[in-house]
Amino acid sequence: MEPKLADYKTDVHNDWCPGCGDFGIVNAIQMALTEMKIPRHMAAIFSGIGCSGKTSHFVNVFGVHTLHGRVLTFAQGAKLANPNMTIIAAGGDGDGLGIGAGHFVAAGRRNVDMTYIIFNNAVYGLTKGQASPTLRLGQKTKSLPNPNVNEAVNPIGLAIASGFTFVGRGYAYDVRQLKDLIIAAIKHKGLAFLDVLQPCPTYNDINTRDWFAGLDNVDEITQKPKPRIYKLEETGYDPMVHYGSESEVNEKLTQGLIKSNEWDTKIPTGIFYQNELVAPYEERIADRVPNYLENPPAIQPISSDGKSITDISKILDSLEV
Amino acid sequence: MQSTDITWVIGGPQGSGVESGANIFARTCAMTGLQIFGKREFYSNIKGEHSYFAVRVSDKNIRSNVKGITLLVAFDAETLFRHVDDVYDDGAIICDSDLTQIKIDEVPTLDTLFKSRLKEHLSSKNKEFSVQGLLDIYKERGVTIHLVSFKNILSTLADEIQNPSIKNMFRMLNVLSVSISLGFLGLPSKPLLEAVEAIFHSKPKIAELNKQAANYGYNFGTVKFPKFKYSISNIQKNSNTFLVQGYQATGLGKMACGCRFQSYYPITPASDESVFLESNEVFDVKNNRPGSTLVVQTEDEISAIGMVIGSALTGARSATSTSGPGFSLMTEALGWAGINEVPIVVTLYQRSGPSTGLPTRHGQDDLMFAIHAGHGDFPKIVYASGDVEETFYDTTKCFNFAEHFQMPVIHMLDKFLASTITTCKRFDPNLITIDRGKLLEKIENDGYKRFSITEDGISPRSKLGLENGIFWNTGDESDEFGHISEDPINRVQMMNKRASKLDLALKTITKEDQAISFGTAEFCVLSWGSTKGPILDAIDMLKKEGFNIGFIQLKLLQPFPTDRIKSLLKDTRIIIDIEANQAAQLGSLLNEHLDKKVDFYILKYTGRPMTSTEIYDSLKKILQNNAEKIQVLTYGA
Repeated sequence: MEPKLADYKTDVHNDWCPGCGDFGIVNAIQMALTEMKIPRHMAAIFSGIGCSGKTSHFVNVFGVHTLHGRVLTFAQGAKLANPNMTIIAAGGDGDGLGIGAGHFVAAGRRNVDMTYIIFNNAVYGLTKGQASPTLRLGQKTKSLPNPNVNEAVNPIGLAIASGFTFVGRGYAYDVRQLKDLIIAAIKHKGLAFLDVLQPCPTYNDINTRDWFAGLDNVDEITQKPKPRIYKLEETGYDPMVHYGSESEVNEKLTQGLIKSNEWDTKIPTGIFYQNELVAPYEERIADRVPNYLENPPAIQPISSDGKSITDISKILDSLEV
Repeated sequence: MQSTDITWVIGGPQGSGVESGANIFARTCAMTGLQIFGKREFYSNIKGEHSYFAVRVSDKNIRSNVKGITLLVAFDAETLFRHVDDVYDDGAIICDSDLTQIKIDEVPTLDTLFKSRLKEHLSSKNKEFSVQGLLDIYKERGVTIHLVSFKNILSTLADEIQNPSIKNMFRMLNVLSVSISLGFLGLPSKPLLEAVEAIFHSKPKIAELNKQAANYGYNFGTVKFPKFKYSISNIQKNSNTFLVQGYQATGLGKMACGCRFQSYYPITPASDESVFLESNEVFDVKNNRPGSTLVVQTEDEISAIGMVIGSALTGARSATSTSGPGFSLMTEALGWAGINEVPIVVTLYQRSGPSTGLPTRHGQDDLMFAIHAGHGDFPKIVYASGDVEETFYDTTKCFNFAEHFQMPVIHMLDKFLASTITTCKRFDPNLITIDRGKLLEKIENDGYKRFSITEDGISPRSKLGLENGIFWNTGDESDEFGHISEDPINRVQMMNKRASKLDLALKTITKEDQAISFGTAEFCVLSWGSTKGPILDAIDMLKKEGFNIGFIQLKLLQPFPTDRIKSLLKDTRIIIDIEANQAAQLGSLLNEHLDKKVDFYILKYTGRPMTSTEIYDSLKKILQNNAEKIQVLTYGA
């Protein structure tokens, strides 16, 4: 039977604030899984802590709501033990770029074949709106006592520098584009990162839906707002590494980094950088352990009638004197 | 015939081959049929600081080191400065003749504290502050001192085998010292050459060179010195003798019982086990395609435990190994595994804390920490092994506990156990059983509930990838499906469900697996972990003198086996707690759970393991009604 969108939804009450960008992201995830016809038991969503952490409870696949900042560690462990699963990790910007920033960088170096989505709203919503690592220096969202004293981290730039082999950005209110980006990310062979701009209607009164739509920035001639969000693919931008020569890779990395710095008036979405010529971690393991992909930890038989079937006799022999 | 029981010590700067030298010595003795118990001591340093290996060999079963040295081998001055005081009056020293003129202040690695103690000692005997001054004291005491010019030996050897490059090969000193010792002790030469071959088997050229050196050194040791009082002869060899280190026992246990995923962050003394697992990552499986252990080195210990949990959720038996500082980082995730009932094993190789503490030294400092690790109330099992052989079997039991009771298990080991090299019976994988508890392989219908309320508190367990087995996990309190629930009634039900598994564990885990009794008596020692060997040897020594002391080795420390211990202590009047930490952590557990209180404490927290001699001395004082309530042991460099 063809899977339907409804199959990927749980009946858990969703308690996000009305108008929250998170709704768009969870819808896009459900749509992507439906369109890809991924059997529900072959997919798992791992989530961090915060509003976005609840995502795993709303999708009717395996859902693992982990710890603050640690979502990538749980997700990588599961993927490596059972590489046949489709694994999506989801978390907030504080989760992934603040408390979990070390794991973010390390995950890039590994390039495990899975997808990581950051719900980026520049505030810590569930603790009442403190500044997150992506809030710009000097900005004062409504519950801050003082303007933000830290520079913002550049998630796209950090992902590129850390070795993620697919780096993209979506916008929570453009569900269709986001769904396509999630599908591309899941299909990508290696670690895919999606930075999703997700207005927090309750605590971020700066980067609002209207702000992204450019309502504050009206064209003098046409008298129409100039939207900040634009799509890279509509500009002829090619993120893909095709040949893998050093100069080509450098060029693609550099253009991705340059694009990642655009912000105030023009904010690119789409794929910034993609390189499938880098071997995922699983392949690096399979080079050492030839049957790793067919016989990964999760499916290896270990006992027969309660007795061990692992043959360690050669090592035991070597320890005899 | 005189029985053999000698302690041979080799020392030298870190990186100079002390360890491989000791391995050759231990292997040779074991091949001859002797029992071995060796401990390694080293600084937190790569090259240059003093390290040493104390190998005790005997024709009887030995389970500990003792105070004192029968034969000390030194190719640097520091070894003499640090250990000469331990050499028995009728013992011997073999050392480089070039060392005698070296003054205390010329050895930069001697720390100020030690130097001032040493100088005090020398000036009290009116001796100069040099190796010669020190040796004079010991000569007067009767210690045999054999000065050997290693420089001359190397140059003669170079001429003999026509290989001039050997003249400056000072890294051969370890092999030479070992072979001279073995010749001096009267052991046969054949096992020596076989041991050298076995240790260097991957490098044939180096093996050949070392064999030539060994042969030369051995002959030198046999002919140059008069016969040693402690010469060894006529040893019977048993078959199936194993020469093994603690970390290998854990690694082999994990392989045998089906642990297929191990993540770790490098830390002393735990990493050796992970490196061992990775070195043996592919193996045969009976009637099946080859199997493998996936070993992942992570960015930190938080990631290590996160990955272990993720892997365990797929149904793979999964573990991590660490030491105190790393375990500190793991505690938040440990609680997550607790509330989500994930079977994981954390192998905790304790070392001396707090903080970085004595990073390469021994300690049993983390018992209370392990029991209380993590915030909130959640069930976990803390299980401790006492010796290398036991560690193999216990490792496999820890995975059974984890899966049967669906909770994290902390397997307590320590630096002493990890690095002890000892002879023991060959491990027998046929003796282990594998219990996967309520792990499901198939689910027919919809509506699966991961945390269904059951009579025994344990819910049938699905795994990621299992059809119809979809579940949710969360670190929040959850309902039976695993969805967040803040309902007060559900909260109580779930807390009680999880807690009830501890009662079940106490009912299910056999009495022998909870605590081993080595006899009970009016005076009874209670202890846990690697103090087992030294305690057993000390009690044997006392038995020979007609003293009877009981000994209970606690293995299950959380949940605490109160009934088992109470019943074993029925006839005990005096309880003696022995452990390697300052706070007497087991002692406080005993005082909390038992009706009787601990009467005497024997503690050590120098970072060095206990010797049986020290325990013997302390127990004897207690038996003779001549002991302080707390005795603190300090022996060992």
